[in-house]
Amino acid sequence: MILAMHAPDGFLNPSTALSTAIISVMVVGLALRQSRDQLADRAIPLAGITAAFIFAAQMFNFPVLAGTTGHLLGAALAAILLGPSVGVVVVTVVVVVQAFVFADGGLTALGYNILNLAIVPVYGGYAAFRLFRRMFPSSFGGVAGASGLAAWSSVVLSAMAFSIQWLFGASAPVAFDDVFSAMVGVHLLIGIGEGLISALAVGAVLASRPDLVHGARNLDSTQLADRRAMKTRTFVVGGLLVALVFAGVVSQFSFDRPDGLESVAEETGFAASGSEHTLADSPFADYATAGIDNEKVSLAVAGVVGALVTIAVGAGILLAVRDRRGRDPAMV
Amino acid sequence: MHEHSRAHQLAPEAKILAALGFVVSVAVTPRQAVWAFGVYTATVLALAVWSRVPIRFLAFRLTAVLPFIVVALIIPFVASGEQTAVAGMRLSVEGLWGAWNIIAKTILGASVSILLTATTEIPEIIRGLGLLRVPALFTGIATFMIRYLELVADELARVRVAMTSRGYDPRWLHQARPIAVSAGAMFVRSYERGERVHAAMLARGFDGEMPDFGKRRASREEWIGVAVMVGAVFVVAIVALVST
Repeated sequence: MILAMHAPDGFLNPSTALSTAIISVMVVGLALRQSRDQLADRAIPLAGITAAFIFAAQMFNFPVLAGTTGHLLGAALAAILLGPSVGVVVVTVVVVVQAFVFADGGLTALGYNILNLAIVPVYGGYAAFRLFRRMFPSSFGGVAGASGLAAWSSVVLSAMAFSIQWLFGASAPVAFDDVFSAMVGVHLLIGIGEGLISALAVGAVLASRPDLVHGARNLDSTQLADRRAMKTRTFVVGGLLVALVFAGVVSQFSFDRPDGLESVAEETGFAASGSEHTLADSPFADYATAGIDNEKVSLAVAGVVGALVTIAVGAGILLAVRDRRGRDPAMV
Repeated sequence: MHEHSRAHQLAPEAKILAALGFVVSVAVTPRQAVWAFGVYTATVLALAVWSRVPIRFLAFRLTAVLPFIVVALIIPFVASGEQTAVAGMRLSVEGLWGAWNIIAKTILGASVSILLTATTEIPEIIRGLGLLRVPALFTGIATFMIRYLELVADELARVRVAMTSRGYDPRWLHQARPIAVSAGAMFVRSYERGERVHAAMLARGFDGEMPDFGKRRASREEWIGVAVMVGAVFVVAIVALVST
């Protein structure tokens, strides 16, 4: 699940909007060509009606915190059920129609909205799915478990991608650290919902039409008939891995944040002279002056996160291309 | 909106390009140029009156961007930089400018999108995008999505009604199983419907290309009108850029 993330016009600066638009157009163009190869002339009705399904599935709202609701993103679900290329096209169509027809999300924000809501979660989610498929047994439970963890990761990757863009195109001086920890923290939590729903939904499709699950095409009927729940231990290990990777990145700098400096100030007696507000007035509260060390740390963290998102998306695109080359014509 | 103003009759590709030109101008206008945002607001209101879209309707649809305005309103409290006191609260000056920037651009951008969708039928918007060189596969998928959206949404709603009528009303995450499982079933139904629709299309002579019904294209006068409007808005944006 994801918080309302159809960013409006003006959320990021124009150069970020333009550069993300160029990236999005190129990637979606590639995905369109691959979808045509995968589905031939069935592409329009099949992708069209499944896009309607994703659109409708996004209407499910769940209360997250007081007053806010999260809705299903469905990007990882689309990638696992339809394959990453068709998945990207389907979710992009949903995002574009929401902007042009339902005035949901800004027209100049389409570049980063497509990147964050379609490209990153679909390809990133698919790469995670393939990774977990390798870790988990080739069985019904293994596919469902991998789907759940992949969907969870896809939402967090999406939040990370938005924070990275904020670093480059912030329209207000809110520190990257704050945006990053808020976005990733919240989505680490509500992503569990996305993972749960995706795993159960993929399981339901596997039970009735396993041939429709793109990500489980290599399973034969005996493996699918193995309906034993996946070993809890395997699943917990996988879940811990996701939590550790993401939590590691998030916590990386909560230690190096100004809190550390404040405590130094307290120790050295600065803070004794006044309340919190006087501290806010002092240069120590200001990122611009106090944040010299922190800036380096956040830049390093931003670099690591950027690399993580890029590797995930790149792996997803590579897998999509390789899948098509090695595909069995009878399985399309 | 089944009004028939001049705006409703304009060719969709011209309207889409005009809307894009307008929002791009708004997006590049620096936030200090408050007067420019005044000009844009006046233009949007004039366009609304000209296209006979009631201002109340516009205001009602604008409530959709409220969550982002709330987010923008948080910015002055968490932003860094020089602080100022407003009504006893410490706010960041830069953060206030940032919030103003997001709120102004969000409302103007959303208003333009709302005017576009209020004066253009949905299939026409998709056709307009196709005439603006969006790939035919993409517009074809979008057309089908819109055509089947209500059907799929209705089916999902019926599943929910069936659940409720049996005394089950899931609203929390730990009750997600029935929702998720019916979503999976809905996917199978949607996919199978897609296969049936494809077979029906083949039977009726579908050869992979959606037919072009040869509807009206934008006339030269319409393009000139759009060019004048967008040109004027561009001039405002450029003056704002140069003057700040």
